[in-house]
Amino acid sequence: MKNKLGWVFFAGALLLVLAGALLMNKRPSAELNELYSAKSLYRNIVVYEDKGLRCMKFGRHAVGRQSCMQLAKQDELVFDCIKMMMAGLYFNPAPQRVLIIGLGGGTLPSVLRKLFPYIQIDVAEIDPAITEMAKRFFYFSSDERLRVFEQDGRVFVKRALQQKIKYDFVVLDAFDHEYIPEHLLTKEFLQEVRDVLTRNGVFVANTLSRSALHNFESATYYSVFGNFYRMKNADNRVIMLRMGGLPPMSEIAQNATHLEARLRPFAMSKEALLPLLAIESGWAPYTSVLTDQYSPSNLLNAQ
Amino acid sequence: MAQFNKVFVFTLAGWSGFFVMAVELLSGRILAPDFGNSIYVWGGVITVFMLALSVGYLIGGHLSLYSPTLRRLGYLLLASAVATLPVVFWGNSLLESVFEQVHDPRYGSLLASSVLFFLPMAIAGMVSPYAVRLLVTQLHASGKSAGSLYFVSTLGSAVGTISTSFYLVLLFEINQIFMGLIVVSALLSVAAVAVSKWSDEK
Repeated sequence: MKNKLGWVFFAGALLLVLAGALLMNKRPSAELNELYSAKSLYRNIVVYEDKGLRCMKFGRHAVGRQSCMQLAKQDELVFDCIKMMMAGLYFNPAPQRVLIIGLGGGTLPSVLRKLFPYIQIDVAEIDPAITEMAKRFFYFSSDERLRVFEQDGRVFVKRALQQKIKYDFVVLDAFDHEYIPEHLLTKEFLQEVRDVLTRNGVFVANTLSRSALHNFESATYYSVFGNFYRMKNADNRVIMLRMGGLPPMSEIAQNATHLEARLRPFAMSKEALLPLLAIESGWAPYTSVLTDQYSPSNLLNAQ
Repeated sequence: MAQFNKVFVFTLAGWSGFFVMAVELLSGRILAPDFGNSIYVWGGVITVFMLALSVGYLIGGHLSLYSPTLRRLGYLLLASAVATLPVVFWGNSLLESVFEQVHDPRYGSLLASSVLFFLPMAIAGMVSPYAVRLLVTQLHASGKSAGSLYFVSTLGSAVGTISTSFYLVLLFEINQIFMGLIVVSALLSVAAVAVSKWSDEK
């Protein structure tokens, strides 16, 4: 009797394992035309093509697209958020040393490379699989003047501080499958970024407009940098600021005019972008600042 | 052993499980500013915790050979709480100096979590085998006692994990949670000493 029960258990377990193996082997879904899907150390990455776009997203069920490229016109930027981050150039039209935290499909460094062939661009990307995808599917390539460091962004900034390396243009574009990782949202991190910037260095950070963290972020940025600009559409809010005092709107508009012809190939225009720009305001004065001690951002975001 | 004392042994073991997992979760957060959120940071943390617990089990089992009492079990809990205090007071400066010395974040996080957490977690590991010894009265039921104790202490770990990660981090700062954990441990160990005195007098 006991033996029989053992066999039943054994058969049951075997069936479960088989069913699991079959489920894991499921073919990529046909309607999106998946090119590649991989389970990396940090997330599921899916590369797919849809209506002339090649995109990368984190997780098959992710709502947002992490990065997209037009197959026919590769230079033309697809997402407003990339254009808004690129508009950081209106604050400093000739950066020399750029740091980008979060590679994605590599759009941002690739465009900067085309615009400024001789500047130094460093990218901190925690996930080696992302770098591989960017190279394989998004025509990204690195060299000695466009280096990708397989490192956590925060650790990279801290090491740069230790080695007294400064950047005059820093972009934060780091997302996991939920939001910006908690330790990249805190006051202490922003202070580290502030210290890694040159005297007139520009800092640009991609955040989401409808995030429950919106006001917490505003309070935290304000606590470190004082007033800051933002470019905002329905989905993204790109925080923009410059060390040594915010540039006046007239200077920004002037830089935008100078850059207009060079940025046109990337589908950027000052007519579309400048109206989105304003000095951020409107959060309650008692809003909590996110710190290393208190940054339950992913929980707050889920509420 | 009196029924009430038994309940108390289970309480201490359950709390110890809670304490260990709460500290483990928070340790990842403490290390993130200096070593990042990479998978190997978690790898380093978990390795150190497992190693510390395993050493603790060994020593705790050995200690239980020499006239084990509820009072001494209380002292173990108190010792692990006190050994956690440096995390609150010197954690940051210690992490900074490891960050400056060790450039590879894998070994940095391994070293930092060893220095901060090995001792308190090794002492916490002594609680379970010591508690088993207090519960066992007859050889034939020793497996049952051990099973019930593992049940309670691992249940405590589960509760510690979920309450810390789902709720406590929303309500408090990390150091406040640490202090709360330390205070609860201290109170429980004082209570254990009192209970054991009271039952001795009876």
